[in-house]
Amino acid sequence: MLTVKMSVNGKPVSAELEDRTLLVQLLRENLRLTGTHIGCDTSQCGACVVHVNGVSVKSCTLLAVQADGAEVTTIEGLAKNGVLHPMQQAFMDNHGLQCGFCTPGMVMSALDIVKRNGSAVDEATVRKELEGNICRCTGYHNIVKSVQAGAKSMGG
Amino acid sequence: MYEFSYKKVSSVEDAVAAMQSADDGKFVAGGQTMLPTMKHRLASPSDLIDLGGIGALNGISIDDDTVTIGAMTTHASVAASSEVQVAIPALAKLAGNIGDPAVRNRGTIGGSIANNDPAADYPAAVIALGATVKTNKREIPGDEFFTGMFETALAEDEVITAVSFPMVDKAAYMKFENPASRYAIVGVFVAKSGDSVRVGITGATPCAHRGMRLEAALNGNFSAAAVEGVKIPVEKMNSDIHASAEYRAHLVKVMTRRAVEACS
Ligand SMILES: Cc1cc2nc3c(=O)[nH]c(=O)nc-3n(C[C@H](O)[C@H](O)[C@H](O)COP(=O)(O)OP(=O)(O)OC[C@H]3O[C@@H](n4cnc5c(N)ncnc54)[C@H](O)[C@@H]3O)c2cc1C
Ligand code: FES
Ligand code: FES
Repeated sequence: MLTVKMSVNGKPVSAELEDRTLLVQLLRENLRLTGTHIGCDTSQCGACVVHVNGVSVKSCTLLAVQADGAEVTTIEGLAKNGVLHPMQQAFMDNHGLQCGFCTPGMVMSALDIVKRNGSAVDEATVRKELEGNICRCTGYHNIVKSVQAGAKSMGG
Repeated sequence: MYEFSYKKVSSVEDAVAAMQSADDGKFVAGGQTMLPTMKHRLASPSDLIDLGGIGALNGISIDDDTVTIGAMTTHASVAASSEVQVAIPALAKLAGNIGDPAVRNRGTIGGSIANNDPAADYPAAVIALGATVKTNKREIPGDEFFTGMFETALAEDEVITAVSFPMVDKAAYMKFENPASRYAIVGVFVAKSGDSVRVGITGATPCAHRGMRLEAALNGNFSAAAVEGVKIPVEKMNSDIHASAEYRAHLVKVMTRRAVEACS
C-alpha cells in the first residue's frame, strides 16, 4: 500500500492505495468523480482523458502514484458556480454529443488542443488532434464544430 | 493487473540497484506500452521501477553535429522542440505523429526503442540516422541495437540514458499508418549525407532494419525513379489483419519513394 497525495480540481486529496491503482480508479472509485469514463482496455478511446499538471493524459494508462504531488483536473473541475465552461457550453450548443460517453474525454482533449493551437484552431488540426478520442455516436462532425466554437468563445 | 510493488528512484544507479534486488523487475518510463501490457496480464513484474523521477534522463541538447535526446524525453517534447525542428526536422515530425496527443504527453523515446515494437516509429530513425544508444554501461550503435521482435541488445538491468542522432543533409520519414493506433503498417526513414544514403524500415518485418537494397539503388541515383527496380523480398514481410506480405512489400517502395521526394 502507498499513500498518494495530489490536488484534484483544486482540492487536496490523500489516499491509501494499492500500488497497482490506476489514476482513473482513484478518481472514480475513491473520489467518486465518475465523469471520467473508461471506454476500453487498450489505451485507445480517450474517454478517460484528464489533465495532469496542465497536459492531457489517459488516466487509464497512468498509475495513481505516478500523479503523486500533481495537479489533476477532471471534467468536474471545469464548470464554475454552476456555469458551464465555454467548451462544455459549445458542445451543448452544437449538438456535439449524443450518448455523452465520450464527451468528458473530448472536452478535456479539446482544452488541450486550444492550449497548444490557440482559439482560431482550424478544422484539419482539430480532426488530427482528436485522433486519440473515439466516439461511437456522432460521426465527429459536430464534435469538431463544437471544439472550434468553444475555442473561439474561450478566445473572448 | 496483477499486484506488484512500485518503486520510484531518483538516479540511474538507484534504478539499477532496485532492478538487481527485485525478483522480476521491470522499468517503467511513460507507461504507454508497459501499463496496457500489464492490464492485459501479458506482463506481471514483481517490481515496477519508475524512471520518471530521474531528472538527468530528461531533456534535449544540441551541439555542432549531434542532437542528443534524454531517454525520458516525451514524444510531445521532441515534436515541440524548436531546436530539433531546425536540426533534424524529420525527427520532430516523426515524434509528432506517434499515437495521439495524450500518448505523446507520456510516451518516451527510451521506452519506445527499449520496447522495439515491430511497428514503432523511432527505430526507423535510429537506424537510418545511424544514431547511438547510450546506456549506463556503454554506447550501442543504432544498427546493432534492435535484435529481434520486441528484443534489443539491452541487458535486464541496463538503462538507456540517451539517444544521439547525427545531423544529416536531408532526411524524411513517411509512414502508412494504422488508422486506429497510428502505429506504422510500414514506415520508411531516408537520410542523406553527402553521397551516402541510409534507409531505415519499420513495420514491414518482425524487427526494424536497414534497407540495403534500397540504399544500393539510391546511393548512385538519389531519385524516386531509382526505387522502381528494387526487389523487396515478400517472404520476409509481416502478414496480418492489417496488411498482407505482398501489400507491405509494395508499401516499402511507395513510402521510400515518398520519403526520397520529400528530401528533394
Ligand atoms: C494508443 C497508442 C498509440 C500508439 N501509437 C504509436 C505509434 O503510432 N507509433 C509508435 O512508435 N508508438 C506508438 N505507441 C507506443 C508509444 O510510443 C509508447 O510510448 C512507447 O512505445 C513506449 O514508451 P513509454 O515511455 O511509454 O515506455 P513504457 O511503456 O514505460 O516502457 C516500455 C518498455 O521499455 C522499457 N524501458 C522504458 N524506458 C527504458 C529505459 N530508459 N531503459 C531501459 N528500458 C526502458 C520498459 O521496461 C518496458 O519494457 C502508441 C501507444 C498507445 C497507447
Ligand atoms: S479508457 Fe483510457 S483510453 Fe480508453
Ligand atoms: S456521443 Fe456517444 S460515444 Fe460519443
